[in-house]
Amino acid sequence: MTKRTLYELQAGNVRKTYLFIVLFSLILFAVGYFFVWYFNWGITGIIFLAIFIVLYNWIAYEQSDKIALASVGAVPADPEKFYVLHNIVEEVALAAGVPKPKVYIMNEPQPNAFATGKDPKHASICVTTGLLQMMNREELQGVIAHEMSHIRNRDILLMTVVAIVAGLIILLRDVFLRSMWWGIGGERRRDKNDNLGIILLLIGLILSIIAPIVVLIIRSAISRQREYLADATGAYIVRDPYGLASALEKIGNYTRPMRTASSATAHMFISNPFGKVEYLFATHPPIEERIKRLKSLTI
Amino acid sequence: MTWIILGIIAVIVLWFILTYNGFVNLRNRVENAWAQIDVQLKRRYDLIPNLVNTVKGYAAHEREIFEKLGDLRAKAMGAESVKEVGDTNNQITQALRTLFAVAENYPELKANENFLKLQEELTNTENKIAFARQFYNDVVMQYNAAQQRIPASIVAKMMGLTPKEYYPVDEGERGPINVQF
Repeated sequence: MTKRTLYELQAGNVRKTYLFIVLFSLILFAVGYFFVWYFNWGITGIIFLAIFIVLYNWIAYEQSDKIALASVGAVPADPEKFYVLHNIVEEVALAAGVPKPKVYIMNEPQPNAFATGKDPKHASICVTTGLLQMMNREELQGVIAHEMSHIRNRDILLMTVVAIVAGLIILLRDVFLRSMWWGIGGERRRDKNDNLGIILLLIGLILSIIAPIVVLIIRSAISRQREYLADATGAYIVRDPYGLASALEKIGNYTRPMRTASSATAHMFISNPFGKVEYLFATHPPIEERIKRLKSLTI
Repeated sequence: MTWIILGIIAVIVLWFILTYNGFVNLRNRVENAWAQIDVQLKRRYDLIPNLVNTVKGYAAHEREIFEKLGDLRAKAMGAESVKEVGDTNNQITQALRTLFAVAENYPELKANENFLKLQEELTNTENKIAFARQFYNDVVMQYNAAQQRIPASIVAKMMGLTPKEYYPVDEGERGPINVQF
């Protein structure tokens, strides 16, 4: 890979992040506007909505890594207790030419890992305790190298922002559906005009079905070829495709889902936290295919 | 006419300044890259006596390896040129590998926490040296190539620059990975 294409890749990722934020602000506004209209909040509602969207995007951009780490219950890895992990991260960061990211641990038997952060200077790598138990040094190095390429390619900002923004859409949908179930807020409206109430209900349902699908489509488009690329770049960074290939093999053999698996953050991980489930909007390419591609690399 | 000549001189002076600064930057990058290797080499020199002392407690009669490591360490610390430093350190890498292979025969040693920690630290330094070497050699290649290009070579001559030595590649190391089908 030449420097120029790497640079273009990074610039492309940053541009895509902005595009994504704008796109999602529009979707958010459409959904929010529907709420404002439905509950008859008027102009105050619109203003609050606008403030909310701006604030939300700011938080998604600046604090998304902390939210993502907190949402999976990650804690900073103790440098004394996890010194091998810290050493490996340091080595790979040196090889990749990026500053050493912060290291986090997630108490979870499923072997998995993800990277997050705004840019390489504010990046974090999080691994599960299951990964540490299962992998030898070379395999761990391969996994860390995969995550380090996400950091170097600036995938992490886009992936994390997507996680946080998508997380909100899923959250909003849940809240909306719950209020439908219990009839909260709907009563007053429906008393006045029954027909309007039903139409609103329909629009709300359609929106709440469409929004997450849009999220899922964008998300799977974002991460699938990204995973192949990060595998290849990772192997190139440490000059060894076999560590990661063997790690993926072990990960692929572990079929139990993660306890904290959520569709909001699934695409951030090195392999699907839901386990080996075939589903329509897969965020990860099949592990067998990834191993095959890794083993065919000439470095 | 005067303006044209003045213009040409201005362009040449500007080119000279840019090329000069380009070389200064490259030289700094080479020095910086070397510093990264040097830090790891020093750490390695500090760790070796600790390792030898720990292993001695369990495998006293493996004297040959201890002496070899001690000699190589002294030689590497006194080495002047990049090539000499690199070659000696590659020999240290080989000797350490032998030592760790020997350690496999001593179950008590393998269970020693201090030994395991030293082994991990030395693996860490070795990997870092390997990665820093790749970076260093890349930068040296850029630096040396820039000195040879005409007309920048004139500036390089005036600055008294000489090509830098590459850090030698460890012969016992894995070569390029080629997958056969």
